[in-house]
Amino acid sequence: MSSAADQAFHAAPDSHDDHGHDDHGGAPHGSRRGYVTGFLLSVVLTAIPFALVMTGVIADARITAGIVIAAAVVQIVVHMIYFLHMSTKSEEGWTMMALIFTIIVVVITISGSIWVMYNMNTNMMPGMGPDTATMTSGGM
Amino acid sequence: MDATTPPGAEEKPVFYELEEHPHPPGASTLFGFWLYLMSDCLIFAMLFAAYAVYGNSTAGGPGAAELFELPLVATNTAMLLLSSITYGFAMIATDEKRQGATIGWLGVTALFGAAFLAIELYEFSHLIHEGAGPQRSAFLSSFFLLVGTHGLHVTFGLIWLAVLVVQVLRRGLEPANVRRLQCLSLFWHFLDVIWIGVFTFVYLMGVLK
Repeated sequence: MSSAADQAFHAAPDSHDDHGHDDHGGAPHGSRRGYVTGFLLSVVLTAIPFALVMTGVIADARITAGIVIAAAVVQIVVHMIYFLHMSTKSEEGWTMMALIFTIIVVVITISGSIWVMYNMNTNMMPGMGPDTATMTSGGM
Repeated sequence: MDATTPPGAEEKPVFYELEEHPHPPGASTLFGFWLYLMSDCLIFAMLFAAYAVYGNSTAGGPGAAELFELPLVATNTAMLLLSSITYGFAMIATDEKRQGATIGWLGVTALFGAAFLAIELYEFSHLIHEGAGPQRSAFLSSFFLLVGTHGLHVTFGLIWLAVLVVQVLRRGLEPANVRRLQCLSLFWHFLDVIWIGVFTFVYLMGVLK
């Protein structure tokens, strides 16, 4: 919180200290310990999915896929907390609001696209799906 | 003072604040930059959606399992992750007002970032050389578009980093430069977050299929 911008604000004449503007200059800061913690967690959360896929220890690909996706989600959260310093308090909660809104739009975009295109592919005339495109001449 | 009494209010004066509160320069820069990153996130959402839809449309060409070399991708991921923590150390040095250490860690970050780009370009040229260029199939088009856009972001991040090193060398760790370093910090870590999605959904899931 003791950033230079914050100090500049307090030095400014006619400053309204009672308006809660103190949060403005303060970008959330990370500590060396925080960065190292985030880094070590990320290394583990990266190594596990790579090792699982490269060695193929688990025979069932669906279980492997589930673990890989779970590790990715956890690692994204780790990055958000330890590297991007996300918290519900930064900028009075507005960064978190923007993030939640973005996640909603991202989920709608990706899941909606997959859903719509899957339905279109399965309901198309036989021989025109993407998997059979090479068998038919002029499949377009 | 910045107050006025409306006409007709005789019992009790009502005060309005007409002037803006003093805003220190750059106070909302980081929040504005965060909003830019969120819109950038939406661009990547479109590209991920396109890849999810076209990922199986190989048009009889090679698929993900035959093309991708996971050891190369793992090395690439390590480069980006290492560059993330070295940028974090640069930010800590900035907080501690140690200009030399800041420059040093930024230099190390740039090296890791350049290594990431070099490996990615090697992978791209290797794929194109094998006849698996972006024009081969819808799968490869969406792959090159998604991973290429990420690589382009890293390229611009490196240019920005180089400019900031010059700025810090010339004018020191003044408030404006600290602010710029904080923005690039968000940008750099954001790219690492996007890369988690890329290596998970493009490379690992692709090879798994």
